[in-house]
Amino acid sequence: MPDVQSLVNDFLNQLKKRKIEGSQATAKQTGELLRSFISQQRVPHTNQAGALIDAVRTLGEQLIAANPVELAVGNIVRRVLHIIREEDLSLATAAIAGMGLSAASDDEDDVERADNPGLSAVAVAAAARSTLRPPSLQTLLEDVPDSTAIPRTSSSGGDSEGKSKSIDKGSRGRKLKHDVIEAVNELIQDIATCHELIAEQAVEHIHQNEVILTLGSSRTVLEFLCAAKEKKRSFRVFVAEGAPRYQGHLLAKELVARGLQTTVITDSAVFAMISRVNMVIVGAHAVMANGGVIAPVGLNMVALAAQRHAVPFVVLAGSHKLCPLYPHNPEVLLNELRSPSELLDFGEFSDCMDYGSGTGSSLLHVINPTFDYVPPKLVSLFITDTGGHNPSYMYRLIADYYSADDLVVKGKPVTGS
Amino acid sequence: MGAPKKNAARVSEDPEELARVPLQAILLADSFTTKFRPITLERPKVLLPLVNVPMINYTLAWLESAGVEEVFIFCCSHSKQVIDYLEKSEWLSQPNLTVSMIESHNSVSAGDALRLIYERNVIHGDFVLISGDTVSNMSLTQALQEHKERRKKDNNAVMTMVIKRSKPNPTIHQSRLGTDELFLAIDPSTNQLLYYEEKADRSKGTVHLDKSLLVDNPSITLHHDKQDCYIDICSPEVLSLFTDNFDYQHLRRHFVKGLLVDDIMGYKIFVHEIHSSYAARVDNFRSYDTVSKDIIHRWTYPLVPDVKFFGNSAIKLERQGMYRASEISQSRSAVIGPFTVIGFGTKIGDNTKVLNSVIGERCTIGSNVHIEGSYIWDNVTIEDGCKLRHAIVCDGVTMKPGAVAEPGVILSFKVAIGQDFIVPPYSQVSLLQQPVEEDSDEELEYADSATAITSTVDNSHVEIASKVSETQSVSELGMGGVGYVWENCEGHEEEWKHSVAPIPENKIFEAIKLMEEEDDLEKTDGDHILPRPEDLKDDLDDDEDDDNADSLYFEKEVEATFLRAVHENIQEDHVILEINSLRLSYNKEAADCAGAIFYSIVKYALDIPHSSADSLCKNVQGVFAKWKKVLTSYLTGMDEQIEVILKFEEMCLESAKEFAPLFTTILSYMYDQDIIQEDAFLSWEDEKREADESDKNFVKQAEKFIQWLKEASEEDEEDEE
Repeated sequence: MPDVQSLVNDFLNQLKKRKIEGSQATAKQTGELLRSFISQQRVPHTNQAGALIDAVRTLGEQLIAANPVELAVGNIVRRVLHIIREEDLSLATAAIAGMGLSAASDDEDDVERADNPGLSAVAVAAAARSTLRPPSLQTLLEDVPDSTAIPRTSSSGGDSEGKSKSIDKGSRGRKLKHDVIEAVNELIQDIATCHELIAEQAVEHIHQNEVILTLGSSRTVLEFLCAAKEKKRSFRVFVAEGAPRYQGHLLAKELVARGLQTTVITDSAVFAMISRVNMVIVGAHAVMANGGVIAPVGLNMVALAAQRHAVPFVVLAGSHKLCPLYPHNPEVLLNELRSPSELLDFGEFSDCMDYGSGTGSSLLHVINPTFDYVPPKLVSLFITDTGGHNPSYMYRLIADYYSADDLVVKGKPVTGS
Repeated sequence: MGAPKKNAARVSEDPEELARVPLQAILLADSFTTKFRPITLERPKVLLPLVNVPMINYTLAWLESAGVEEVFIFCCSHSKQVIDYLEKSEWLSQPNLTVSMIESHNSVSAGDALRLIYERNVIHGDFVLISGDTVSNMSLTQALQEHKERRKKDNNAVMTMVIKRSKPNPTIHQSRLGTDELFLAIDPSTNQLLYYEEKADRSKGTVHLDKSLLVDNPSITLHHDKQDCYIDICSPEVLSLFTDNFDYQHLRRHFVKGLLVDDIMGYKIFVHEIHSSYAARVDNFRSYDTVSKDIIHRWTYPLVPDVKFFGNSAIKLERQGMYRASEISQSRSAVIGPFTVIGFGTKIGDNTKVLNSVIGERCTIGSNVHIEGSYIWDNVTIEDGCKLRHAIVCDGVTMKPGAVAEPGVILSFKVAIGQDFIVPPYSQVSLLQQPVEEDSDEELEYADSATAITSTVDNSHVEIASKVSETQSVSELGMGGVGYVWENCEGHEEEWKHSVAPIPENKIFEAIKLMEEEDDLEKTDGDHILPRPEDLKDDLDDDEDDDNADSLYFEKEVEATFLRAVHENIQEDHVILEINSLRLSYNKEAADCAGAIFYSIVKYALDIPHSSADSLCKNVQGVFAKWKKVLTSYLTGMDEQIEVILKFEEMCLESAKEFAPLFTTILSYMYDQDIIQEDAFLSWEDEKREADESDKNFVKQAEKFIQWLKEASEEDEEDEE
């Protein structure tokens, strides 16, 4: 236990001090942390899933509060919660099936299991979920703060579940934890491979002799473009440098190293260049439930320019970037203002900030936001590891990955804010 | 910020450096000054809230994120409060940072603190020296690496100071942080610090640099737009230096200047300039204001209020830099301006205006209150109709309806200001009476009186308060007022400089006028700002006169030493040692020594009774045979040898004319004895070629000898071929 606690503290610390950058890294580390947390967690004999969910939820709350801007943390916490629910459900169904009391979902389970044993748990769970508890207004409304999954499932699964539990308590507990860890492993695997999965689709989208525009730097975009290049597509890339951090310069370097014809332009030249561009491909910080995108600053302008010239605006996003929240939710912190020193040299402007003279307030203000919000109507297509999707389809994807019960991770609604 | 940190960790885990010492830091939780009085009489400076977070948290958070693994917090005044605070905080249970406290009650300066730490023997390698009131977000990796690389090459590079560019205010000659203008001379190629002066002579508008700086360094850059961040990376020697020099008290005034002046030990200080990151020290009320505003403007990111870098309550950043914590009850008609921080649980009444201010936790602010540019700490009650401009209001203060705090006012803990009372500008109000100035030494005063007074405060705080309210202060702070108004100890002239309030326009106007007058003076003086050529020349002449007098004394001293050595039969090594010490005390070069010794030797030879030129020559040879080593130990280079020849020439002309006929003989003797190399003769002759005819006497005399030398060397060369 103590080593997990120190791991947790370490991670919290890094999140607080903004030392982990990039949603993929954050997502992966969150996943790994939750995995070791769950594996160390002692599960009581009754209501195992509930206890586990509560524990993960408390931890998740801390993690999210540590860096509320990094939405990937919350996404992974919610997905792990979802996994626990699904696993519990599938175990329950399996138990029911095993006892021969339920026939409806029985056949389906077996078929699934025979088809792909590796994926079994999730697949079964998904199936079970769709049969047992379809996402509906009912499930949203019946939310009771403390009584979590088990009481509710038992209400749907009937008293049979109670019997099954009394029969093999111990083994089921271990099985649940084991299955959950398996599934979390798969999740981590998914996060690690999302670049490749997205990049595989590159040839379908990039055609011969096209001009692609991107802004700033994103690993997903880099892999995507390189994958197309490897498939012998010849095309050109315009890179807007992405002030004030100028990560576009890094991207240009990488692209040239991989043999792509690259042109670097300033952010302010995007509108002038967009008429020559066939497609805009950018990365994202997070994709919200309405299909809006939180993306590096400057992208809204690019999206507007693209719309003006009817250039497709394509956003690449791994599934860990899908956030089940809506951007107008006051709980969501959409932006972070970074240090003005990225824009200005402190020494050069220090005389403009002499609070000792005049009225005591500086006439110079510097605002350095990290992110832009691109509304869904400006996005033509999302490419995720599961394929291309329309912005209006996002809510459906999200329903696949998250349970409605987990949207609010906070234990009690009023704790801090 | 993340990437370099990780690299650092990786590098340090390198198996090659298994024997490495953890990066340590010394944090001085005491400023050893009285600048924050009267507040610091009741609470140590490091626990004063800076944008609602005690200052020491900024420093510790930075140390932790910069990769420091072990921190020693030196607690002195109010040590109990500091230790209590830290024990309750999370700092003692950090995974990557060990925090330990060193308590002392009799240290009165940073020097004492470092001496004590040296005695404890806890520092084993390079360490970061910082005081507990520093705010920074810089990455130490590069500075530390530079320091270590320098150390590898030169063991005398004991310290690296962090500096940052920041333009000072040209009219009133102080930095943004309210400290004096800083002049630095730095060697641009090595970043070595050569000169450090905080209090330049402002009236003349001149900086005095030692001439030797210009002689010894091919290039010097003189800066006056740099700010000292008071973050030092030190080698363990620094601690022992403090112990060796028991009179070092102040880190800059004594230690840095001491090292810069002292060229015997040859210790060097280097600077590291930071560009994109922030570092500043809260030194006085002006810098308290400036650093607070820099934090609110996010220059210190990620150490900003809305990031929970350390146990601070959740604060949200709203539009235009409004930071608001939770559970604030604010009237609809209240106006909160941009760049304002409002703490947890504060209540703000109708039509109240808050501009550019920081308000702490659980404050109650009435209606129609106007707060501008002020710092209001926790649990403050401000009743209806009060006005505060550029004031600092400490915990638990009550302001009765209609009270006004004028710019620059400091209201210390639990003071009460009476109804409709106007606190005059720059006044400091405290529950404690102003201590009588018993000692001129400010460092001493602080620690002594602070500890003495707090002990009484802790015991009988309430008593004092009640007594105060009963007696005189009713009149002093209006109806219902509690507290004493302090006489300003800094002197009324300067108080506006270091207060939180912006500098009043009339002061700036005065300063400008003063400058113009100075300019005028200079103009009438010499039509240009540079000193007139005559002045310069005078200066030089003066210097030369001094030099000449010095040289005479020096020569006499050397001669006396030498004679004593001859008479008392002292060993040569000891003579060399004595002359070395003379050389240091007169600040002479090796050539001067060589000249002086040669002079003494020849003079001695002359004083031995002799009958003819031949016997004189013998005398000289005899003396040289015995004392050659003393002379040759200084004849390491060509310049010294030429100096000896010149000296001899001069003697033959003036003080010892008897040698004139023997000039060549003795030269050739010295050549034979390997005292002087042939190259020296040749370049001496070269030098003389340009001289007047009258000066050439001896060259002519030595012509044959030199001719012979030349031939010999040619032959040598031929031989070699």
